[in-house]
Amino acid sequence: MTYALIGGAIIGIAASLMLVLNGRVTGISGIVAGVLRPIKGDTLWRSLFLLGLLIGGFILKIVRPESFESLSLNMGIADYAIAGFLVGFGTLLGNGCTSGHGVCGNSRLSVRSMVATMTFILFGVISVVIFKLMRGEV
Amino acid sequence: MKQLIALISGVLFALGLGISGMTQTHVVKGFLDFFGSWNISLMGVMIGAIAINAIVYQIIKKKDHPLFDKKFYLPANNHIDKNLLLGAAIFGLGWGWAGICPGPGIVSLASGKMEIFVFVGSMVAGMYFFKMCKKN
Repeated sequence: MTYALIGGAIIGIAASLMLVLNGRVTGISGIVAGVLRPIKGDTLWRSLFLLGLLIGGFILKIVRPESFESLSLNMGIADYAIAGFLVGFGTLLGNGCTSGHGVCGNSRLSVRSMVATMTFILFGVISVVIFKLMRGEV
Repeated sequence: MKQLIALISGVLFALGLGISGMTQTHVVKGFLDFFGSWNISLMGVMIGAIAINAIVYQIIKKKDHPLFDKKFYLPANNHIDKNLLLGAAIFGLGWGWAGICPGPGIVSLASGKMEIFVFVGSMVAGMYFFKMCKKN
């Protein structure tokens, strides 16, 4: 739990930097979507933020390799393909993900983001139940 | 300067995700596993991140503009509509299935594992599919 709180606080600092200095919401699905359809003057900061995520990933790979250990556990390639597609489509339709609604929106006490957060957690729980049922783990 | 801030924020964000365990799919799925062995970590991450960000927002919301830009680019939409609910539901299903959301997905590309390339590739495909649907 300590690591969760510390990691969360670092995420909060990262989001706060973007808000106070650049005036931007740190919503990762939105940042990715913006890169997919480039608008002049609005693409570089997005690309650099994503590059930062990758650099952070490489740092983790060196200092905390266990961060990526569970990636190949218990799931086939088809599972990743289906899940990824749903995440991409759903986050654009719903205008946000765990970072945009979950962290940034909730921090601004946006009712819209609170409703979105409760909805994706509810359906995340449902998804895990279906996943376990299909594998006979329940 | 704005560009440098975006880069630094990205690195910090990734480290925060890694330290808190959010790049580990079993930790995320563990949080969503209400009826199994519940792992509360994700809630701790949310509390830590929201606490800091919410305080900062209260301090800066009276300002006219951020330090390095002419205005704030904050979402003004506050409607709860069908698209929000349907989108969040579809996202939730995908998130729960793999235990990966967009941030940890991108960060995990650094692992070089094929699974995560399939996930992020499909995520981008899903985004393109959405944009195609929207056009028609």
